[in-house]
Amino acid sequence: MNIHEFQAKQLLAKYGVAVPPGDVCSTAEQAKALADRLFAAGEKVVVVKSQIHAGGRGKGMFKSGFKGGVKLCKSADEVFENARAMLGNVLVTKQTGPDGRLVSKLLVAGAPPIKKEFYLAVLLDRASSRPLMMVSREGGVDIEEVAEKNPDAIVKETIDPAVGLMPYQARKLAAALGLTGDLISPAVKLFLGVYKTWWECDASMVEINPLCIIEGADGKDTLSAVDAKVSIDDNALFRHKEIHAMRDLGEEAPLEIEASKFNLNYIKLDGNIACLVNGAGLAMATMDIIQHYGGKPANFLDVGGGASKEQVTAAFKIILSDPNVKGIMVNIFGGIMQCDTIATGIVAAVRETNLHLPLVIRLEGNNVTLGKKILQESKLPLTPADTMADAAQKIVAAVKK
Amino acid sequence: MSILVSPTTKLLVQGITGSFGARHTQLSLEYGTQVVAGVTPGKGGQLFEKKVPIFDTVAEAVKATGATASAIFVPPPFAGDAILEGVDAGLDLVVCITEGIPVNDMVKVRRAMDGRKTRLIGPNCPGIVTPGTGRDSIGGCRIGIAPGYIHKKGNIGVVSRSGTLTYEAVWQLTSRGVGQSTCVGIGGDPVNCTSHLDVLKMFNDDPETHGIIMIGEIGGSAEEEAAAWIKKNCRKPVAGFIAGATAPPGRRMGHAGAIVSGGKGTAAAKIAAFREAGIGIAETPTVMAETLLKMM
Repeated sequence: MNIHEFQAKQLLAKYGVAVPPGDVCSTAEQAKALADRLFAAGEKVVVVKSQIHAGGRGKGMFKSGFKGGVKLCKSADEVFENARAMLGNVLVTKQTGPDGRLVSKLLVAGAPPIKKEFYLAVLLDRASSRPLMMVSREGGVDIEEVAEKNPDAIVKETIDPAVGLMPYQARKLAAALGLTGDLISPAVKLFLGVYKTWWECDASMVEINPLCIIEGADGKDTLSAVDAKVSIDDNALFRHKEIHAMRDLGEEAPLEIEASKFNLNYIKLDGNIACLVNGAGLAMATMDIIQHYGGKPANFLDVGGGASKEQVTAAFKIILSDPNVKGIMVNIFGGIMQCDTIATGIVAAVRETNLHLPLVIRLEGNNVTLGKKILQESKLPLTPADTMADAAQKIVAAVKK
Repeated sequence: MSILVSPTTKLLVQGITGSFGARHTQLSLEYGTQVVAGVTPGKGGQLFEKKVPIFDTVAEAVKATGATASAIFVPPPFAGDAILEGVDAGLDLVVCITEGIPVNDMVKVRRAMDGRKTRLIGPNCPGIVTPGTGRDSIGGCRIGIAPGYIHKKGNIGVVSRSGTLTYEAVWQLTSRGVGQSTCVGIGGDPVNCTSHLDVLKMFNDDPETHGIIMIGEIGGSAEEEAAAWIKKNCRKPVAGFIAGATAPPGRRMGHAGAIVSGGKGTAAAKIAAFREAGIGIAETPTVMAETLLKMM
């Protein structure tokens, strides 16, 4: 689960990570009041940041024509004007796709002058099955590009989960960033706090980009997490009620929310052949084989091992509410499930949803003969297939007609 | 021979009284698996299906029955604890079927298993089947949730991250009259304890395994590591399939570990590694068995 920048910073601050002072708001008036307070506290510049789950906000463009989802302001009135231009409007960035995202919340925060930018992240290193902290002197840029063009610029420290990130490791990373003297201590505190956030919140990733050297209130240089991105392991949400409450349904695709209500794993894609499959691996392979025979999959959909009538009906409804869908391929390997049970479920679902699109069904496994008989005797306009390849070729041909 | 388990392996089931665990224990018993004990805290002293004794702890179950392997069906919040209980009891093999265990729980479990002799398969896996010689391969050892009847005793090893794709490969083999030595589902989570490579090494050393089907999917680099090893060391033909060529980057495709992130873990990179290692590439999942059989 992804959370907003302001939520990520709230979590980080709880674990002692220095973040710029600020708060979230949902009206221009609130934004102005927040800015008034920040200026009164001595901030010289205040930033207004659109809160959406996508990167590239600064260079983004609102559908209203207003440019930039992140704005630096020198007065509370300027904050008010920018907030008014952003709130309630749709921001399109290189990560949102052409539909963009509606901005309904803003982060208003102090924006001290930045002297240097770094990159910092904690994630799971799958090769060692241990947490990994990585830093780079090249901050504020796309880290994937750095990894490709200049991999030596990224320094990594693998963490033993039995003891967590040790201070000596934090000092090594600080040294790798060229931090010396009075900056070592705030760096160690910040790195330890970031790791603690990752571990205790069951995050799958914590990314601080940029991590900045800024001028502190006392005039001395210090460190601050100027932007932050946190995603949480869905499997661990049951033990983090406060974090679970941060879920923003407005950021998720409506069909995917609907699917999750029925324990269906659905991901919308941009093709026109929908698929309904049991098992994640088989579902991926079904998308692949549709593409292999020249079609384009409209979705990933795993109905799980059970595939009850209710689930199959819900799955058909979800598939059919995607207007791009021109045909459906059902691919079920009835291992433990009986194929006749599944066939009965499909027939009921097709009747209930009044399906009129081409439907190719491939059933294999337990009681397959009876399953096929049920499909045939239903007199519904569906096409049976013997193998995955056969099914994929048939549905691709049917959609092209 | 076979790998990991044989028809004489004594199995205990952790979470035997839950509906999922009970149903699959029943199926394993029907398959002929030696299920000698169940464990459900608080239900010690009872019998499962009037014949399998239930214990409160794994240690008691092992002491009383001599079980050497365990199947875990306990819910995700308690699964990490259940795995380590099996490790503590000195089991040779623990197979964790549970899906949805928090990643950090598994990070801790992996760390705690360092230096211990127990092998863990999973989590989030379909389990292991060593087929038997009876009708519908009955008389074998079935640990987990795979349908037993699709198997046939023989000489092909199958290793996969995905459940239904494993069944697909097994069924393609059996339909052609070709049997399997052992089929291992290693699971779809980002942290698992037995990799493709671990299983390949076992198949390579098993005299009854003559050929191998390896099924992978997007995410991580386990398939690439396995391919590099195969190129140098594997004496047996290997056919492979990778699922997820059409998966959009940054999206998790059902399995927690199936995600292309930061340009890493793509199907294209894995297929290239397979090709480089001389692994037969199944262009579609329909031809997994055919691809291997052509090589043999």
